[in-house]
Amino acid sequence: MKIHEFQGKELFRKAGIAVPAGIAARSPDEAAAAFDQLGAPVAVVKAQIHAGGRGKGTIKDNPQQRGVQLVRSRDEARQVAAALLDRELVTVQTGPDGKKVQRVLVEAGCDIERELYLGIIVDRAAGLPVLMASTEGGVNIEEVAAKTPHLIHMEHFHPSEGLQPFQVGKLCYRLGIKGDSVRSAHKLMRGLCKLFVELDCSIVEVNPLVVTKQGELLALDAKVNFDDNALFRHKDLLELRDLAEEDPAEVRAAAAGLSYVQLEGTIGCLVNGAGLAMSTMDIIKLHGGQPSNFLDVGGGANTEQVTEAFRILLGDKNVKAVLVNIFGGIMRCTTIANAILEAYKQVGFNVPLVVRLEGTEVQEGRNILANSGVNIINAEGLTDAARKVVAAANAA
Amino acid sequence: MSILVNKNTRLICQGITGKAGEFHSKNCLEYGTKLVAGVTPGKGGQQALGLPVYDTVIEAVEKHGADATMIFVPAAFTADAILEAADAGLKLIVAITEGVPVLDMVRVHSRLKADYPHARLVGPNCPGVITADECKIGIMPGYIHKRGKVGVMSRSGTLTYEAVWQLTNLGLGQTTCVGLGGDPIVGTSFIDLLTMFQEDPATEAIMMMGEIGGTAEEEAAAFVKANVTKPVAAFIAGRTAPPGKRMGHAGAIISGGKGTADEKIAALKDAGIEVAESPADMGEAVVRAMKRGGR
Repeated sequence: MKIHEFQGKELFRKAGIAVPAGIAARSPDEAAAAFDQLGAPVAVVKAQIHAGGRGKGTIKDNPQQRGVQLVRSRDEARQVAAALLDRELVTVQTGPDGKKVQRVLVEAGCDIERELYLGIIVDRAAGLPVLMASTEGGVNIEEVAAKTPHLIHMEHFHPSEGLQPFQVGKLCYRLGIKGDSVRSAHKLMRGLCKLFVELDCSIVEVNPLVVTKQGELLALDAKVNFDDNALFRHKDLLELRDLAEEDPAEVRAAAAGLSYVQLEGTIGCLVNGAGLAMSTMDIIKLHGGQPSNFLDVGGGANTEQVTEAFRILLGDKNVKAVLVNIFGGIMRCTTIANAILEAYKQVGFNVPLVVRLEGTEVQEGRNILANSGVNIINAEGLTDAARKVVAAANAA
Repeated sequence: MSILVNKNTRLICQGITGKAGEFHSKNCLEYGTKLVAGVTPGKGGQQALGLPVYDTVIEAVEKHGADATMIFVPAAFTADAILEAADAGLKLIVAITEGVPVLDMVRVHSRLKADYPHARLVGPNCPGVITADECKIGIMPGYIHKRGKVGVMSRSGTLTYEAVWQLTNLGLGQTTCVGLGGDPIVGTSFIDLLTMFQEDPATEAIMMMGEIGGTAEEEAAAFVKANVTKPVAAFIAGRTAPPGKRMGHAGAIISGGKGTADEKIAALKDAGIEVAESPADMGEAVVRAMKRGGR
C-alpha cells in the first residue's frame, strides 16, 4: 500500500524524525492560509500524488507548471495551488494521462547545504532489511546505482536489533557527515530503521535527505510503502489509504479476492496462478498480441469470483478478445466451465472468447462448454490458445 | 532416488482441521503419502481424516516419529508454526500458506540459520514438494506427475504443473518437483536444489522455472556455470510485465530497473542453460538440453 508524502511525513514527525514544518491543503484558500500559518519567508508547494518525479513533472494541459514550486507570498501560494489542484500531473512514473492532484503540501523552505539519498528495503538475497545511503541525493538514484554503485553505501540490520550506532558512524564517515550533524544523523537513521520495522514497510525512501546550513539532517521527501500482507496488524494505517489514487479495476478485483493489474493491450486474460498468468501474457505477446491485463483468479475461485473477473475484463473498452487459460489442479475444470456459463448468462460476451482447459476434470469441463451452445473457441495447449486469441482480436 | 522426500517420509500437517488443510491432507493421503498426524493448537485429542490431532508439534513428533510437516495455518501464525516445527526437530518444513508478512520471514530466516540449521524450509506461498509415485506434500495435482529422471524447481505453482504436464506428455518423468514459493524471502533457493539435484543419482536433467523480480535466477545461473554438470533447461515468466507493477506474487516485481526477464535470460544462456522462449516450449527445452548433454 502506498501513501502520500504528507502522510509519510506525519508518520516521521510522530517517530521523532526531523521534517520541515508543513500543512496539507485541498484548496487555493487553504494553501494561502497554510503559508501564513507557517510564517516562513519562503515556502514550497508540492503536488501530492502517488508517484515520483513530481519536481520535474508538469501539468498535462499547462506544461509550464511543474509539480513542485517555490513561493514567497500567500498570494503566490494560492496561485500555485490553483494551478495544481484538480489538474493532471504527468511525471515519469504516471504514464501520459498523469494523475489528478487532490492535495498540495505547503512546506516551510530551508537553507540547504547538501542533498543526500537514504532508502530502506528488504534485501532478498541477504534476508535482512538494508539501509542504503548516498551522497548523490536529489537525483535519480537508480541511475547512480547503475553507473556508480560504489557511491551507494549499505548497512544491513536485524529487525529486532535495529541499526547499530557504529553503523551510523560508518555511514557518516562515508557520507562526509561531521560535527554536530552526526548526532542528528543517529536520530534520523536509527529512527527511520525503527519505523520501517514497526510499521512493516516495504520501502522507506528519503530523496533528498538534506543537511541544512545549520547542520541539521532533515527529511525533505518521504516515500513510505507498506507490506500489504502485514496490514492486518496495522489497522490504523488503513485509514491512510487513498482509493482515488488506485486503478478502479484493480480496487474492484482486490475486493473480489482477485489479483489484477491493468495493462494497455486488447486481449483480456483470465488465468489461475500468478506464474501461469504472467506466462500467458508472454505467449500472447510472442504471437503478436497485446495483453490488456494480468489476472490471477487463484486456486479456489468460485462462480461469483469468476463472473466478477469477466465483468472487469469486459468492462475494459479496449478488450477485443478474451483468453481463459486454466490448468486445473485444485481448481476443477468443471468449476471453471460452469462459471463461464454463469458469467455468460449474467454479463454476456460481446467479444470472442477462447478457452484452454487442462488438468483436473478436463474432459467433463470441455463437454460442458461444447454442449452449452455458447459460442466459445476451444483451444488445445498454450500455443494454440495464443494463436486463436490473437487472430480473434485482430479480426475484431 | 529423489531429493527431500520419498516413500519413507513421515509427514504431519499443521492446520489439518482448517478447510484447506483438511482438503489437501486428504489428497496427500490418497496419493500414498505417509501422513501420520495433524496439529491444531486447542484441538488436541480430536481426529481429522481418521488421524490423531495434537496441540503441539513436539507431541506429534514424539508419538509418531514424524520428520516432515506441511503448514496450512493462517498467515499471521505461519512464522510461529515454522519455528515450532524446526524446534521439534523436523528436517523438512513445507509452508503452503500465502500472505506471510515479509518481516516475519526475515525473523524466521535468521532464527533458522542461527538455531536450527538441521531444518530445511520450503516456501512459504508455495505448491509444495512431490516425489512421483512416492510422496506428495502440498497442493499440486498428483496425476500429472510421472516417475522419471527430470528434477523440477519453480517459483510458481500452476506454471510448474504446466511444465510437468509437458514433460509427462513427452514421456519424460520426474524425480522430485519443488515449488520454492512466490515471496521475496523463501526458505529454499534454486541453488540449494541445484546442489541436491546434482548429487542425486536418479536426476539426469533439471528444469527450472523462474520469474521477474529479485536476482535468484542470476545467482542460480552463476552456480550452474561453476558447479552443475547435468543438463539444465529454464523458463522465465513475465517477459512482458511492466516495471513497478506487482504480478500477483509479492516477489514478482521489476523495481529499480532490476529483475527483468531479459537480464535473467541473458545470465541463463551465458551459463549454457537451454532457455525456453515460450511457456509452450518448456518440455521440449529439457529434451534439447538432454540431447546437447548427450543424454
